[in-house]
Order: sequence, then structure tokens, then C-alpha cells
Amino acid sequence: MKKYISDFVVESSVKLHANYGLLKLKPVEGNLPEILPGQFCQIEVKNSKNTFLRRPISVNYVDYEANLLWLLVRRAGEGTNSLVDTLEGEIVNVVYPMGNGFTMPEDKQKRLLLIGGGVGVAPLLYFGEALKKAGVEVNFLLGARSKNDLLELEEFEKRGNVYLSTEDGSVGEKGFVTTHSVLSEKWDMISCCGPMPMMKAVAKYAVENGVDCEVSLENVMACGVGACLCCVEDTHDHGNVCVCKEGPVFNIKRLKW
Amino acid sequence: MVDLSVNIGKLKLKNPVLTASGTFGYGEEYADFVDLNRLGGFIVKGTTLNHREGNPYPRMVETPSGMLNAVGLQNKGVDYFINEIYPRIKDVDSQVIVNVSGACLEDYVKVCEKLAPLDKIEAVEINISCPNVKQGGMAFGTTCAGAESVTKAIRDAYDKTMIVKLSPNVTDIAEIARAVEVAGADAVSLTNTFLGMAINVETQRPYLSTITGGLSGACIRPIAVRMVWQVANAVKIPVVGLGGIMNGRDAVEFMLAGATAIQVGTANFVDPSVTVKIVDYIEDYMKRHGIEKATDLIGAMKR
Repeated sequence: MKKYISDFVVESSVKLHANYGLLKLKPVEGNLPEILPGQFCQIEVKNSKNTFLRRPISVNYVDYEANLLWLLVRRAGEGTNSLVDTLEGEIVNVVYPMGNGFTMPEDKQKRLLLIGGGVGVAPLLYFGEALKKAGVEVNFLLGARSKNDLLELEEFEKRGNVYLSTEDGSVGEKGFVTTHSVLSEKWDMISCCGPMPMMKAVAKYAVENGVDCEVSLENVMACGVGACLCCVEDTHDHGNVCVCKEGPVFNIKRLKW
Repeated sequence: MVDLSVNIGKLKLKNPVLTASGTFGYGEEYADFVDLNRLGGFIVKGTTLNHREGNPYPRMVETPSGMLNAVGLQNKGVDYFINEIYPRIKDVDSQVIVNVSGACLEDYVKVCEKLAPLDKIEAVEINISCPNVKQGGMAFGTTCAGAESVTKAIRDAYDKTMIVKLSPNVTDIAEIARAVEVAGADAVSLTNTFLGMAINVETQRPYLSTITGGLSGACIRPIAVRMVWQVANAVKIPVVGLGGIMNGRDAVEFMLAGATAIQVGTANFVDPSVTVKIVDYIEDYMKRHGIEKATDLIGAMKR
């Protein structure tokens, strides 16, 4: 897929709870190209004294009608802090779309569970939309520390069944996504994005229960195009491969977890 | 019309802008952002005789105005380059230079011998300065005798242009440059990355799997400019300057210090189209300053 380097204007910048921001970006010129669910952007960070590299951020949603690209950002350090604090009307430069994407099921009857944790829910919204459009039943299992870390619930509810788990039990079932009762149902495929311990626990569940499973990784990146070989993940089939180019989405069968 | 062309040994460049090895893949990775034909050339990823897996993750950490990397020369070996990569990039209308690394003298020589018959590859850049591999790499680049022995061995086996890439992690880089000049190098390039280290104070662990890594980016630029100036004054062969060039202004600075051509590395990660902007800047700079030939910029610093 062709990649672009484009300026965007920040149409809206909304803080979600204490640690997150939702940016809606409009291309300064032209319309958004095709972007696949699970792909990401490399966004320029302004107003950040000690950083200069772009930040890789998952595509949260693409609103083709309004020509808006949604990015959900968690405050993880100086760079992402600056992104969350981006103001409406600012111009940001974005390199996109990067990486592969989640695999769409060939058979509409397949039962898919989209599992997201924390800010890892971001790419699942756009993936859920694509599945819904394709006529696949959409099920989200979203986990967080507490209800104040659950993001965009109303958006997820528009697109499918939503199951919740929180570590403190403030909403949904108390515990981790892997202890949620919905996992006792029969699933054909799991698509997962979240913190590494969560994804590893989900992968373990998938292996033990014979469920096909994809995870979206967020290894530390520099170039984003497969040139610098910094963000590698070790695979059974090809050794160290770039998460930015061959991922970020991997079938867990490939990973040496 | 200004003349942007420069020569490095027998190698003719349409302009002085090259890309630094390991930051530009095989060129293809940047083809969506850059018209590769507009560059003086690009230097492909460090290539070794055999496949190398490189170092374990994590391999990179961002530092103020720079980054540390510890990739460890991951590549699929010279035969893979010749059979799979070369046919895809051989028709580009700019120079393709292969960066060569080895664990021992024989490895360097064998890789160069395999590359020599490739028409499109008119030059190699010999890496005797990688800080991220245990054997070879920087071990050859930190003593005059080591640098000289690699250069001589390759010179005896390879007739095309040989650029030797020097390590800044030495007491006197000019001395090493003189040693490789005497041993037959056509040019030197400098600097490779500076050995550095960073610790996550919360986890109390190093950020890199290898603990230490190579520092690149704007933070090293003044040191690299100083070293290019020192080396340009110490040798007669052309000097290719690199180290923290983020834009056209920085490129001109290296040329004023004595560089015949320059390489852009870490800046590609910030702006994947930066290289062509640098070409445009140099052209515009020359017009503004009434300089007709890029060669007139080399070492033109006034005192």
C-alpha cells in the first residue's frame, strides 16, 4: 500500500479521563486514502523539548464521510503528553498508513471476539466497524483498571456487543479479560490489542482452547517503514522481523512467546 | 544553473547527498516519499558474508536530540542482497553503495569480491566502526594497525571505489584516517555512532538489550563536524561527512568543514522525505551565495 506524508489540521482534540486524548484530524488537502483496520500512523510531535522522533499511534477510526482520521492517545511520556495536549486548529504532520492490519474473516459465520485493554482498544473500534459492514457479528471484550480507563464505550456499543471487565470491579466483571465469563463461549478467532501481559495471557488462552488469535504489538519504533530494524519481534518462521512493516498485527503462531 | 556534482574517487555523484547505512533500508522503503533518482546515492544496510540475526529487542531508545541503537548488523547476507535485492534496485538513476561489515579480514574481502562484478555497485563503504557487534566492527576501527590491515586486504582484492567508515570512539580520528589513506582507501566517511548508554531509573535496567549502543542524531553534530574538519585537514582523499545532519543547513555546515559529500541518517526517521529537501536546499544555498560548483563549497569555511 502506498504511504503518504501529509499535513493534517486538528479538527477536534478532546481529553478522555485524566490520561487520554482523542484527536480527530482532517487532511489539509484532499481526501483520506484507504486505511486498513489495525494500521497505524507516525505522527509528528510538536512542543516537546526532549523528543524528536515521531510517535506511532494506531488508527482508532476513519470517518470517510467527514474526512477525519481518529487517533486515541495515552499519556505515556513527554511525546504522547504533547500529543494529548494538541490544540484544535494546530497543524500536525502524519506519515501513514503503516503496517499490515487485522485479518478479516473469510466466512461471515465465524465468531470473532475483539479483546482490548487500556488504550489498546483503539484499533478495535475501526476493525469492529469494518466487520459490522461486512456482516460479521461483532463482539468486544474491553478491559481496564477501572471504569475511568474505559474509553469510547458509546462508540463501541454502536458497533457490536460489549463485554467489560475492570480490575477493581467498578464496572463489568471484576478481574482481567482472561477471567471474563464470555470466554467460556465458543470462539473461532480472537483479535487482541493491549498491554503485553494481557496479550500474552490472551494468547495462552487462545492456544489452550484452540482459538485462532492475532495480536497487535507496539514495540519501540524509529523509522516506521522497516528500514532501521529497531522494533523487531522474534518469529518462528523468519527470526527477527520489523513490527512496523510485517506487523503490527501478528498471528500468535508466528511469535516465540 | 549550479553544478551539484561531486566525485568520490572514481565514483561520480550527481549531488553530494547520500543516505547513511542502516537508516534507509534498501531505498525501496522510502520510495513513496522520495524520488530516489534525485539523490546523489544511497548506502544500503550493512551487509555481511552470512545471515545475521542482530541483537535481541529492545534495540532503540530516544535520548535528548538523539537516539541510541543496538541493531547489531541484522541482515540476510551478501548472497541474499545479490540475488533478491540487487535486481530490484539496479535500475535506479543514482549511485547505490553497499556498506560491508565482517567479523574477520577474510569476511570483508569475500563480501567485496562478491559485490565487485555487480555493474550498478561502483563503490563499497567499509564499516570498521560498528559499536554494536562483539567481533570485528569497531575492533578494526579503533587502532591504526587494525584499520590499515582491513583496508589493505580489501584494496588488494577490490578495484572499485572504497570508502572506509570511521569510528569516532577513538583518541585521534585523524591518525586512523591517515592510516587508511596510506593503506589505499579512496575516501573516508565519518562519523559512525558514538558509544553511549541510558538507564531507565524506574526499572533500574538499561534501555538496550546490549546495555550500550550507538548514539546518533542532532546531539552528535558538533562533534562530528569537528572530526570532519580535523580529518579533512589531515588527508588528501575525499571525506564524506555524517553525524546528526537534520536539514540542508547542517549538510552545508559539513561541506564547509571539508566534506565532499554528506550522509543523512537519523533525520530520515523524522521526515522520510528530508533527503530531497536537502538537495533543494544546497542548490538554493549555492544560488544565494553565488557559488557555481558544489566542489567550491568543500572546506570553504572562512577563518
